[in-house]
Amino acid sequence: MSDNKKETKNWEPTIVAFFCNWCTYTAADLAGVSRLRHAANVRIIRVMCSGRVDPQFILNAYAKGADGVLIGGCHFGDCHYMEGNYKTARRFHLLKRMLQDMGIEEERCRLEWISASEGERVRTVINDMVEKVKALGPLRLPERFNEWDKEMEFIGEHNIGEEVHIHA
Amino acid sequence: MPNHQNNGNMRIGYYVCHCGHNIANQVDVEALAAYISKLPGVAVSRSYKYMCSDPGQELIQQDIKDHGLNRIVVASCSPLLHEQTFRKAVEKGGLNPYFFQMVNIRENVSWVHEDRKEATQKAMDLSRAAVHRVFFHKELEKKYVKINPDALVVGGGIAGIHAALTLANSGKKVYLVEKEPTIGGHMAQFDKTFPTLDCAACILTPKMSAVKSHPNITLWTYSEVTNVSGYVGNYIVQVKRKPRYIDEKLCVGCLACIDECVYKEGKYADEFNMGLSKRKPIYMSFPQATPKVVVIDPETCIQFKSGKCKQTCIESCDRGAIDLSQKETNEEVNVGTIILSTGYRTFDAHRVPFYGYGKYPNVYTSLEVERLINASGPTGGELILRDGSHPKTVGIIHCVGSRDRNTNRWCSRTCCMYSLKLAHLLKEHSGAEVYNFYIDIRAAGKAYEEFYDKVLEENVHFIRGRVAEVIDWAANPAEEGKLIIRAEDTMIGTVRRIPVDMVVLAVGMEPREDAQAVRKMFNISCSTEGFFLERHPKLAPVDTFTDGVFIAGACQGPKDIPDSVAQAGAAAAQAMMLVDTGEVELEPNTAFITEEHCSGCKSCIPLCPFHAILFNDTSKKAYINEALCKGCGTCVAACPSGSIQQNMFDDAEILAEINGLLAIDNSEFYEKEAIHVG
Repeated sequence: MSDNKKETKNWEPTIVAFFCNWCTYTAADLAGVSRLRHAANVRIIRVMCSGRVDPQFILNAYAKGADGVLIGGCHFGDCHYMEGNYKTARRFHLLKRMLQDMGIEEERCRLEWISASEGERVRTVINDMVEKVKALGPLRLPERFNEWDKEMEFIGEHNIGEEVHIHA
Repeated sequence: MPNHQNNGNMRIGYYVCHCGHNIANQVDVEALAAYISKLPGVAVSRSYKYMCSDPGQELIQQDIKDHGLNRIVVASCSPLLHEQTFRKAVEKGGLNPYFFQMVNIRENVSWVHEDRKEATQKAMDLSRAAVHRVFFHKELEKKYVKINPDALVVGGGIAGIHAALTLANSGKKVYLVEKEPTIGGHMAQFDKTFPTLDCAACILTPKMSAVKSHPNITLWTYSEVTNVSGYVGNYIVQVKRKPRYIDEKLCVGCLACIDECVYKEGKYADEFNMGLSKRKPIYMSFPQATPKVVVIDPETCIQFKSGKCKQTCIESCDRGAIDLSQKETNEEVNVGTIILSTGYRTFDAHRVPFYGYGKYPNVYTSLEVERLINASGPTGGELILRDGSHPKTVGIIHCVGSRDRNTNRWCSRTCCMYSLKLAHLLKEHSGAEVYNFYIDIRAAGKAYEEFYDKVLEENVHFIRGRVAEVIDWAANPAEEGKLIIRAEDTMIGTVRRIPVDMVVLAVGMEPREDAQAVRKMFNISCSTEGFFLERHPKLAPVDTFTDGVFIAGACQGPKDIPDSVAQAGAAAAQAMMLVDTGEVELEPNTAFITEEHCSGCKSCIPLCPFHAILFNDTSKKAYINEALCKGCGTCVAACPSGSIQQNMFDDAEILAEINGLLAIDNSEFYEKEAIHVG
């Protein structure tokens, strides 16, 4: 998504969101019914529980060009499946450390507990996240992958690195 | 990676709904349909004014026949609203209903975005994701579970009573659980009801007796639900029955024990009379209490406190119904449906100290006044104030704890009408001059406005404006010994001081203090104010997001008796609908394990709160009991070998959706296809 054309002043971040069916997705519906206008950058994927959000979904989203990922679930104690959100929280903390190591800024991955009645919170969270990701600029992972691939090819073609092979 | 290998076979029908102007105003539906028509696999792409209408659904069915469609995507409102509608339409068209995906471009797009171009772009992204996703949809079978015909009703106010009777009269077995020693709820405390002025007890108590004597109703008062497990059609409910130290089967309600209690007079605040009278440690809330069984309060009974009581109550009971050794018991019941009618609490007037509640004895809340003017109340219906006087002027302050940013923002809906009723009754009882201080009179209801007219004709005074404070500082001899209500009169544009003998605070309705705990126990949601959240504010007002759990009465929001009864009837009808169908369709979104990939690491097993994942010791593989799986997908996300998959939320389906959201650069596409957005 974020090719060079989009890196002009008009660049808008794309954020992939995973909302749980029972709380945050319902809250997003409530935001709609209440006509709470907010930034149009977030694309929502509905899952039954935030516990379904596999870290590989998040990584895949970045790899395919997302500038941010937002996960929405029920508050602790409110999970429709009793404890799915606790599992999400644990997984999220591990993933965050991994993303940090990969150089993906903290603000690009966000976990929020939003109950079915918190339509207003959907708006504030989305607007806030869009603003923060905008300030960071595009992530451009697909392009960076291409660049890195080219570098690897270049290295391969020119036998760079041969001389630094360590011989026993 | 989206797998397009079955491109040849894939024939997707895409439909974008205008929803009148709801979507079409913000989203360029024609450009959207044109854009989607170019995507691989899409055979038909159309826009239509109302997809949920009969012609809209028939359009899909006709296209399935004419164009041999095998996947359907509809971009319209939220799937929470119409997913079932379209699944049925798809099924009627001859396709498996799960070969369908819905795109939410109303709640998630047109209603929340102003810029038409941005909205259209987002609708395109979301639609493209769905088109990518349906490639991976699988043919699934519907799942059905049997419904236990028995029902549980929690809360024995007028809503719970009506719901229980409706169900019981239709032949269903009902368990009615009430926290207090008697059913009746707030309505039992009221004197008369607006606008008809029939006495609350006269219309309520026959229903209470009917509950007690109904062969299909098991009434458990002084009891609380402590745990709920299971799912729609098959709930397992634990009920704690507090000891009342009286054998319910033996007690006939003769009240001899109360007369013979070592306390000659009542000593402790009588909860039913809002503390305006005193009761003994052994008491019955009110003469028509149901069941007509006394109760002993261990907090105040001498025997329980010191063990040194003459126990005259035991001697007085010729039936031997008093049993001080009674212990708390627990019951377990299996029910198919649950109706919550746990009611409300009134606003605590101490929270608005400037109205003097608790400071000046002659400031009352409306509920106290209901008891004060009731013939079976603490004064036998005579209007005698706390200081022993009879009031000659009364001021009723409306909207106390309602329509106020500092306390509760909502309108409690009932206060205008009950204030008018109290104005009428107070005038009738005492001949006093009555002043109403109001913001607006909200008399919307059958015969309500006419009642307002009647009260106006009775020369009750109405002063429009918020009351600033209630004070006792007399500014002139006429105010001496009176309470002075300082209020703005917005009709004449001045601040007035009205000296009165009695102030009535028309307190609003709030969620009960235990609403959050109850909500969690029954796995439902609350709205922002803390009342129980209905599934849809208009179209599913008594359903919740948990199937088989319904709500009725003021636990859902402030409402009066007619509305509570109507809702209770509706909730009972919804429960009956489930029961009479005999079985309920469940989403087939359960998880399953592909045995050959399972390494037997067991990491999934502790993740499942429903104990649905088991381990086969012979094959050293895990397996899922489908009947127990609720389809959250937590184990799917955690399986290190990817051997757990979930129907409807398969890895392939979600990854295709992510790729669909992101993979294609639309700007290039617009140029090439000369599509104009906006």
